[in-house]
Amino acid sequence: MNLDLTTEQKIMQASAKDFLAKHCHSDVSRAARDAEEVYPLALWKQMAQMGWMGIAIDEQYDGTEGNVQDLSVLIEAMGAACAPVPYFTTVVVCGTALQQSSNSLLKEQLLPAIAAGNLVVSYALIEPGNSYGFSNINSTAIAQGDSYRLSGSKLFVEYARGADYFLVVAAVKDQGLALFMVDASSEGISLRSMPTLDYSKQCEVKLQDVSVSAKNLLAIGDEAMALLQSVEQVAAVAKSAEILGAIQLVTDISVNYAKDRTQFDQPIGGFQSIQHHCANMAVEVDSCRYLTGMAAWKVAQGLTAEKEVSMAKAFVSRAGVRICKLGHQIHGAISFCDEHDMHLFLRKSQAASMAFGDADYHNEKVAQSLGL
Amino acid sequence: MDFSFTDKEQGFYEELDEFLTTQLPTDWGDKPIRWPHDYAESPMKDDKDYEVARAFIKKVVAKGWFTISWPKEYGGKGYSNVEQAIFDERMSYHRAPGGSSGSIAAGIVGPMLLRIGTVEQQQKWIPKIANADISMWLGYSEPNAGSDLGSVRTSAVEDGDDYVLNGQKCWSSGAHKADFSWMIVRTDPDARKHQGVSFLIVDNKTPGITMRPVYNILGDHSFNEVFMDNARVPKENLIGGKNKGFYHLMKALDFERITLVGIGGFKRMFEELLDYVKNNTRNGEPMAKIPSVRSKMADIATNIEVGYMLFWRTAEMLDRGQDPNVESSALKVVATELARDMAEAAMEILGPYGQLTEESEYSPIRAMVSRGFLESISATIGAGTSEIQRNIIAQRGLGLPRV
Repeated sequence: MNLDLTTEQKIMQASAKDFLAKHCHSDVSRAARDAEEVYPLALWKQMAQMGWMGIAIDEQYDGTEGNVQDLSVLIEAMGAACAPVPYFTTVVVCGTALQQSSNSLLKEQLLPAIAAGNLVVSYALIEPGNSYGFSNINSTAIAQGDSYRLSGSKLFVEYARGADYFLVVAAVKDQGLALFMVDASSEGISLRSMPTLDYSKQCEVKLQDVSVSAKNLLAIGDEAMALLQSVEQVAAVAKSAEILGAIQLVTDISVNYAKDRTQFDQPIGGFQSIQHHCANMAVEVDSCRYLTGMAAWKVAQGLTAEKEVSMAKAFVSRAGVRICKLGHQIHGAISFCDEHDMHLFLRKSQAASMAFGDADYHNEKVAQSLGL
Repeated sequence: MDFSFTDKEQGFYEELDEFLTTQLPTDWGDKPIRWPHDYAESPMKDDKDYEVARAFIKKVVAKGWFTISWPKEYGGKGYSNVEQAIFDERMSYHRAPGGSSGSIAAGIVGPMLLRIGTVEQQQKWIPKIANADISMWLGYSEPNAGSDLGSVRTSAVEDGDDYVLNGQKCWSSGAHKADFSWMIVRTDPDARKHQGVSFLIVDNKTPGITMRPVYNILGDHSFNEVFMDNARVPKENLIGGKNKGFYHLMKALDFERITLVGIGGFKRMFEELLDYVKNNTRNGEPMAKIPSVRSKMADIATNIEVGYMLFWRTAEMLDRGQDPNVESSALKVVATELARDMAEAAMEILGPYGQLTEESEYSPIRAMVSRGFLESISATIGAGTSEIQRNIIAQRGLGLPRV
């Protein structure tokens, strides 16, 4: 038992924090939010040079073959920076899906490009009226010779206007679900912006009779379902780590502020009401850290991890927003202003809590794991 | 992070589990009636069960497990703190008597003596503690010294080879069943309040000591008021140096906050509740299908997992030579508030049947939930209230100012 990071992970964490402090401070997030550019390309390229895009990609595809624990370290640092880049959807979600698929031609074609930072891929799962999970997928893929024709509407597609490919989940008649890598410039694709809380420039992606080569099929049927569940698991762990990064920072800045801010002729951190807020934040952040760590460890070890992953995502999703709200209380009115960073973390925590299954969704999965 | 046990730890876990499964009476799990675990000695329904408990403790001692993480020269096994934690977890899971979680002497006083006692004191007390021949109670609280333990007034005045004690202790759990007190007393009335207190080991049989029972919320005789009226205690029983007591008290409280948790008891109680939910109906519907029940059960399971993480963390830190002071406070506040939350959730899950206080065909899980609902208040107050723990986490952990 060793509940610390490995030496390599500590080095990576320090270098990530250092890089993000220099190149991805909160003004970068605000500027990215207001910019025409979908995401800051220069920052993205720098991250690629740091080797971040290939962290969970096999060496044969130019990655460094890290596991989910390594990935979580990086994601945690990015969560603390509210990094305005399509990293999560490209690397964590679509990268994992590709990495785990059996389509080696597609892997050879796309994974090195992802590792090099030359490709943005956005996950397209949710449909109008749906929320989490994989039931009730109405988008269709109809086989036609050596291609498929895809139709349907996908919601909450992050950074869609900057994407080179969409990873689309669609139903194939009599064969269940399938995952396709769809070229974003294909004819029949239209985008409509869906602005959301965390500035992740989401869109509705409409597919109207879009032709996709059968070569771009990642998985179908049982294989697709297994792949979807595995991707959801990795993404849920990583989202927990992302929230963890944000709320650790919220706790740190709130404690520092409580030491500095004077009212009634003393630091407000001397008041027990503030001390207890801070103590609750610190204990909850630790709880989130170990639950996420346990889930990441189980996934990385290839152990059965359904219960631990859902415990982490359910708990962290609720704790995240709770901690941010305490941070707002400690900071007072300034935290309600755009110029202050608190709202960035509140936005991030709420949005991340609803990605890849919210607390209720994962709580239900925990119940199922208990045999209920 | 790596949550796995070493092969040696895993081997011990399995050996211990096998021992507990075979050496305890098969119906033992139904005997203790504490929510969710035993701290000190659990009340039993049948006097014969106390004898079974004492015989079992001797078996644990014979195995060398009672003082498992103590150095070998002091009668321990020299095992790691993770192995000590495995012992506490398995013992509390099986509701076994005699875990160091259940023993103030072995869980708190022994480790303190090993840290701060003289060689002579260690030679005198350690074998008796290691053999479970003596039991102890904690003489901390007084009528005017609860959360503020620096305010203890019980005076110990030097007279020849003795200290002469006068004063009163309260909330003295199990004092009437124990042999000695691990007591904090004022040895210098003129010093600043935290700098004038010391630890003494006090024999219950000392002339001048009397006790009055105090019945707790459940009607059990758990507490006592203890009066010292010119009680003479040999000077050699002063532990850790005169007027150094408050410093040692902080460490003793850390041990208490770790040992009292009984983390395995949470898992066991949850499994009992889970079993009930899986096998019973409400209003004609399987309870397992009721969405609010599913949600509450998942919540409890997740929070127990958090408790386990914080529990392993304290052991893992000790093995790395770190001092889990703030971390033991975090564990204490999370675990004891979870015991309370778990009882409340169980009460809601069971509906009107949860309130039954005696076993009957209608009372779920041995009528334990109504007990737990009341009993779980205790641990959020004892060994430092939740609020004191939060002060510690904020001030010592996060560096917020003491004003």
